[in-house]
Amino acid sequence: MSGDAFKFRFRMRVITDGAVTILALLATLLVVAPLVAIFSYLVFKGASSLNLAFFTQMPKPPGEVGGGMANAILGSAILLAVASVIGVPLGIGGGIYLAEFGRGTKLANAVRFTADVLNGVPSIVMGLAIYSLIVVPQKHFSALSGGVALGIMMIPTVCRTSEEMLLMVPYAVREAAMGIGVPNWRSVLSITVRTASPGIITGCMLAFARVAGETAPLIFTALGNQFWSASLNQPIAALPLQIYVYAISPYDDWHRLAWGGALVLIALIVLAVSLVRYVTSRGVLKGAS
Amino acid sequence: MGVGIEVISLNAWYGANHTLQDINLHIPANHATALIGPSGCGKSTFVRCLNRMHETNPVARVTGTVRIGDLDIYNDAKPVEIRRRVGMVFQRPNPFPTMSIYDNVASGLKLNGYTNKRVLDEIVERSLVNSALWDEVKDDLKKKSGASLSGGQQQRLCIARALAVDPEVLLMDEPASALDPISTAKIEDLIFQLKSQYTIVIVTHNMQQAARVAETTGFFLNGRLVEFDSTHKIFTNPSDKRTEDYITGRFG
Repeated sequence: MSGDAFKFRFRMRVITDGAVTILALLATLLVVAPLVAIFSYLVFKGASSLNLAFFTQMPKPPGEVGGGMANAILGSAILLAVASVIGVPLGIGGGIYLAEFGRGTKLANAVRFTADVLNGVPSIVMGLAIYSLIVVPQKHFSALSGGVALGIMMIPTVCRTSEEMLLMVPYAVREAAMGIGVPNWRSVLSITVRTASPGIITGCMLAFARVAGETAPLIFTALGNQFWSASLNQPIAALPLQIYVYAISPYDDWHRLAWGGALVLIALIVLAVSLVRYVTSRGVLKGAS
Repeated sequence: MGVGIEVISLNAWYGANHTLQDINLHIPANHATALIGPSGCGKSTFVRCLNRMHETNPVARVTGTVRIGDLDIYNDAKPVEIRRRVGMVFQRPNPFPTMSIYDNVASGLKLNGYTNKRVLDEIVERSLVNSALWDEVKDDLKKKSGASLSGGQQQRLCIARALAVDPEVLLMDEPASALDPISTAKIEDLIFQLKSQYTIVIVTHNMQQAARVAETTGFFLNGRLVEFDSTHKIFTNPSDKRTEDYITGRFG
């Protein structure tokens, strides 16, 4: 090959490299742009309505200015606590079964298939199912039924991510536990689950954040409540429900509160996820992978 | 103290593959015994039959008798009990990545429900001293993860972990094959010191290593034990033509 032809090819390669790098950068920007746009619009619209009253006061009747969402913030916290109590242990337990004890069995395949289908069930259908299973027999709406609906929605996500994370634990680590005479159940709990725990926690947070913003499953279960209530047996307010009600109302002041509520909801999710990350990362040792 | 191992007509399979065929031998107590042979000859399978790790593979099967001391391991005991008496060190260092150095060493005791902190401290120190790692890690015992150490240190950590449960036999499946020469020398020194207290069975690819550390050597080929004798005899005057061909480098 002559010198000129070589130089030409080299230049072409440099140009192609540059072009592809720029394309990749553009794609990244396109992916991040909606998130940044949504969040900044939310801050722009919602920040002005945030004040102490928003966090401490009850909603006011239409026409009266002011008021807050204290009951909805408390309600969301209670609903998510109930949901986590149901969804996290059942999901992780199912994941452990799928990855460690049931590998290759018919039951495990059935459970995995069911979890995948459950993951795809529309959330409004989940609300209707809980309505007929809990609300109708009890004859009234309740925080408990709303929490159960959200909890069941968490199970498949937690279960499948836990399974994936457990399967990623190298066989050598399991073998090491067997080699020092640790019984299988103990090895699963103290070695395998512990090694996979950062991934399992991520899965739980993912599920938590997803159901935190769900409105549809709460419409027929938690219903919403204009008053302060911390009872599991009474209808309860929730941020997404309150945002929905306020956003479709004809009042400007309620629209303003809806924006504030949306901002608070996202901020609370970010706060909860960061808190869990911080607490669970404190025990991590130097050099642990 | 170590105990001897008696193996009588041991056969092992992986699925339809007959990987060990009618093995009979006696491994002496408080000595190092090396097992050599080309890849796939069954030497790893053999040591994994000595602590019932072979059968953890769903398609694996074993017949025959293995006696560790007075214990017939396939008839008189559960696998977990045997593995506490027969420690194992694997080819690739496999410390528990989420545990500190201290917890790695104490894991065999802690996970079996042992909690006396003072005794654990003693055992951890003694095991790390015995595995020649104490001086390098004593300041970071609870601060650093087992995975933060170098490969050679990790392997000595795994030896300490195996020693902490006070086994009678220590099985080593190519313990130095993933390590650099300096770390390998340290592991070999260690085997030299440990064999006064434990019965050591070491699988190795490296014939010189067998000659350096072991009093007794067994040569495996195609799932059979070809020759089992003193290391000196195997390397200077083997009885079997195939052993001679292997140690002189004619194949393998």
